[in-house]
Parts: sequence; structure tokens; C-alpha cells
Amino acid sequence: MVTRGFGGRRPRAETAKRLPPGQHETFDFPVLAKGPTPRIALADWRFTIKDGPRPLASWSWAEFEALPRTLWQGDIHCVTQWSKFDTSWEGVRIDDLLQAAGIVPPSGFVLAQSFDDYDTNVPLADLGGNQAMIATRYAGQPIEPEHGGPARLLVPHLYFWKSAKWISGLRFTARDEAGFWELRGYHMRGDPWLQQRYSDD
Amino acid sequence: MNPSWKEAIVERIEPGTERIKRFFLRAPLARHEAGQHLDVRLTAEDGYQAQRSYSIASAPGDALIELAVDRLDDGEVSPFFHDLLQPGDTIEVRGPIGGHFVWRPEDGGPLLMIAGGSGIVPLMAIARQRVRAAEPVDALLIYSARRWEDLLYRDELASFESTHFRWIAITTRGPKHRPGDAERRLDGPLLHELLTGWRHDPAQVFVCGANRFVEAATGSLVDEGIAAQRIRAERYGGTA
Repeated sequence: MVTRGFGGRRPRAETAKRLPPGQHETFDFPVLAKGPTPRIALADWRFTIKDGPRPLASWSWAEFEALPRTLWQGDIHCVTQWSKFDTSWEGVRIDDLLQAAGIVPPSGFVLAQSFDDYDTNVPLADLGGNQAMIATRYAGQPIEPEHGGPARLLVPHLYFWKSAKWISGLRFTARDEAGFWELRGYHMRGDPWLQQRYSDD
Repeated sequence: MNPSWKEAIVERIEPGTERIKRFFLRAPLARHEAGQHLDVRLTAEDGYQAQRSYSIASAPGDALIELAVDRLDDGEVSPFFHDLLQPGDTIEVRGPIGGHFVWRPEDGGPLLMIAGGSGIVPLMAIARQRVRAAEPVDALLIYSARRWEDLLYRDELASFESTHFRWIAITTRGPKHRPGDAERRLDGPLLHELLTGWRHDPAQVFVCGANRFVEAATGSLVDEGIAAQRIRAERYGGTA
């Protein structure tokens, strides 16, 4: 349906190519969160991988910082329709975490869990290789609290609500369990190129 | 095409403030909950589309859905709303969306709402819904804008005032107009003073506004000892 009078402001061709449907480019870094920014002291920070309720491995901040690190640069896409190009992150790939702990994945599904009781589900298939990391630096600096520091999940090929801020761990689940937003109308997988925003997409 | 997109007819457009206009839509959508938003989709002649999200200001069950759109001068969609959209036009909408920043009468109170600028919009839906609740819910709205004239819904908020509902206007660039209001930025000490004066322990807290405003307000609320689990936030804009 054509909207009478709407001309729009078309992005340049090279920008348009990088924008998933329904997205527009932003140049600042919008902040979205369900509540207050939690205050997390590095001395209290721990990252734990669990199989259901059972801990499999756990790291303090210093231990986590000693794990092999990877750089990732690219575009991120928020379900609230903004995309930000050429962001750069540094952290520990999920594969490297599992390998460091000697964990054989007990299932194909994961809930990322956060210090503010947020969680979000991501299939293990979306976390392997260079697809995902636990990021601890953004643009070469420690991640600001508003943007999820000390550490956040980074799964940039999915809408950014999947990249849980203030992450405290990963929990393997027997089946694909909906997380915070997935229980409130948002899509279970959230591929921006397929525009999987809401449950009925 | 995704069948979730519906055609909405613009029934009426009303001025709000210097920078905010109010749009009343007739749309075949499911009943919303106070605090939810809509996605809007605009399509140019050549098929180019733009999508944005706007909070709903009207109360659940109202015949028309009200959006109040802040004009962003360098924006793509809000100038279209302000300068080109006319009554009788049709736009596409989808929703209602969002299941967290919502208040239902059965959630009760005491209810604390803190709005910065156009962050009033979803809180207005909550304030309007609250008026219709069978039992009075104690509520306080703290509403910050640059000047008194920039405060949307002033008359309607005044009409809500009772022993159970107070609203406090905070103006950061202009003088206050009523005793009890404040003419400074909302910070920890001011929030402490306002909460002390209210004398209720808020069970439900909703904060909406620009990111910096929400970050400061929610931080001050936590400093006041209000549990983070009681505080729901909705932010727009970001950090550089």
C-alpha cells in the first residue's frame, strides 16, 4: 500500500545492501534494557556454564580475561529498526569457552542468562565458530555498563536482543525454551534478514 | 506479505506542544495494554519502505488509537507525520507490541511514573487506564520537560488530580508554574524529596524517556532502595 505523500530518505546503495528489511542506519548507539542498569563489581563477577541447574564450569573475571580472545567487526541490527555498521568487539568465542572447559554440549539449545534476571534463547548452532562471543570490549575499551558491561553476549547475525547484556552464564536446555522477550511476543530465533521480529513472523 | 500489517485511517490530528502532534487512528487491531507500542510502516511510490515504533497514548479499549509523535528535525518519518500526513490518509500499522512495559489495573500500586519529554506517551496510556480502574490506585507522575509549554496533556493530567493521583511538573529550562513543581533537572536529591513527600512505597515503577534521563532516574530509584525488579524502563536514543 503506497502511503500518500511519503517520499522517504533512501540510503546510498552500499548502505542499502547492508540493511536488513525494515531497518535504518543509526550513528549513535541506542540503549535498550528492561530496567535499571545493574551495578556489577568485577570482584563479584562470575560466568557459569550450566546443564540445566547443574554447573559445568565457572570463571572469575581474572580467569575469564586469561582465555583466548577474538576480535569481531561488523554490523548489528536491533528489532527496534536501527542498525549500526562497523562495530568492533573483542571477547571469547563460545567454541573457545567450551573447549577451555572441556565441555561436550549436552544439548543443542542454550539460554543466555544475565545479572538482571534477563534471559534469551539461542540455538547452539547460532553460537559456534565466529558467529558469537562473550564480549568484554567494545571499540577497544571495556564495555560501558549501559551497553552491557562488564560482559555481554554478541550474536550479531541475530536481532540484538539475543546479544544479552550483563551476561552471567549460559544454560543448556533440553529443548528450545523461550527467554524474556520470546515470552513477550518476540520471535524465537530473530534473524533480521528474514525479519523475524515477532512471534507470528 | 505479512498479514499482521493493517491499514489505519487517520481520523484526526491535534496539536500537542510546539514539537509534538497527536494522531488519532482507526485501526483493526487487537485491544492493547497500557504501555504498549505500534509499529508503523510507510511505503513510497517506488516500493521503498520505512518502519518505526511509536508508543500508544490512548487507553485500552478507546475507539481511536492515539499516537503522539515528537518531531525529530533530521528524522525520516516524524517530519512526514508532522508536515504531510492529513486526516483521511491511510498508513500501515502492526501491533500492539511489547509485554513488559505494561500496566494492568490488577497490577495495582502504589504506582510511580517518571517521564522525560515524549516519554510521557506510554505513561499517559497508563494514567488514563488507572482513572478507569474500579479501585483507586495511588499514583505519582513525575514529568520532566524543557518548559511548562512543552508538557503534553497538562489539562488532562490536572483533571486526574485527586487524593490518589498527583503529578509533578519538572521544567529544566523554564520557570515552574505551580507550587510543588520543580525548575531543575531531576536528580537523586530531587527524586528523594519528591518520594518523601509522596509517602508511598512504590510497588510498580515505570520510567520512560531519553536514555540519559532514564539512566539517571533509574539509578536514583535504585539508590532510594527501590528493588530493580519493580522498575520497568523504556528508553529512546543512545550514547554517542
